[in-house]
Amino acid sequence: MSEIKKFLYVNRKAPYGTVYALESLEVVLIGAAFDQDVRLIFMDDGVFQIKKGQNAEASGMKNFSPTYNALGDYDVNQIYVEKESLEARGLTLDDLMDLTYEDEDDDWAEKKSIRLLSADEIRDLMEESDVVLSF
Amino acid sequence: MLHIVNKSPFEKDAFTSCMGHASSSSTVLLIEDGVFAALKGSAVADQLSKAKVVALQSDVAARGIEANLAEGIELVDYAGFVDLVTENRTVQSWV
Amino acid sequence: MPSMDVNGSAVDVDEEGYLSDINDWNKDIAVALAETEEVELTESHWEVIDFLREYYDEYQIAPAVRVLTKAIGKKLGKDKGNSKYLYELFPYGPAKQACKIGGLPKPTGCI
Repeated sequence: MSEIKKFLYVNRKAPYGTVYALESLEVVLIGAAFDQDVRLIFMDDGVFQIKKGQNAEASGMKNFSPTYNALGDYDVNQIYVEKESLEARGLTLDDLMDLTYEDEDDDWAEKKSIRLLSADEIRDLMEESDVVLSF
Repeated sequence: MLHIVNKSPFEKDAFTSCMGHASSSSTVLLIEDGVFAALKGSAVADQLSKAKVVALQSDVAARGIEANLAEGIELVDYAGFVDLVTENRTVQSWV
Repeated sequence: MPSMDVNGSAVDVDEEGYLSDINDWNKDIAVALAETEEVELTESHWEVIDFLREYYDEYQIAPAVRVLTKAIGKKLGKDKGNSKYLYELFPYGPAKQACKIGGLPKPTGCI
């Protein structure tokens, strides 16, 4: 049994404009099979990835935002959003998707996956991680 | 921890975001167009003091800015680049 | 592009036999795809295929087998939410085979 490492995925790009967001999501889903401690950060334009109400139909692109709702099923439930990034874009937590997971250790109670962190707290999260993957 | 920035700070926010999230004990390595962040007297120069900043010598030389660098910027060659990566437990590339 | 014949009409598939366009899918095509996988579809198979299609509709991905097993157990009962049951239905991998028959892309994380 190999030791469990702390993986941190840092998402800093808006969806659709570049392929980073979708690529990151795919790597997270594939990586979730490996039983590591997985955390996601959404900061800078990355906060737009989990904006509520995305509708890509008219653009001819695939709206992959529903897939973020599946993260809980993949035991990815430590999702952090930077407060300063939201504020700089005139957004609040209410503008983001309600990402949740069911807590196996608490009779499958539904709990929120998203937590707001300050830039300082995000810095600490980066420092304590074993592997940082930036998109 | 080692942070690597490869985009110009005048085109992308990677450098500014990196400096806003780097601890004072960390090292920030500038490569490719990221080396422009090391310019003396630029709009982002005041951020250089937040962490130890080093730049890849060959990328600095290619762009002809060696004489324009802010004070205290250390230059490394490719071997120094490798040393930085191996010395640090974690590396984050700010793409 | 490869294609397969279903009741006299050609349906586009990829090199591994997955439907090229998810919208082409219907139950006749499912039966034809099942034949290529040597699976005879029963009610139990349909239960899993329908579940996968609903999951895809909601999340836009086909779930990894671990996720599928857990979710099936919750929806259809513990006796079905285990890999033994699912592998009996789809011997070459429940996520892979059931997705193919259900007209879905290969599951993310399925190598």
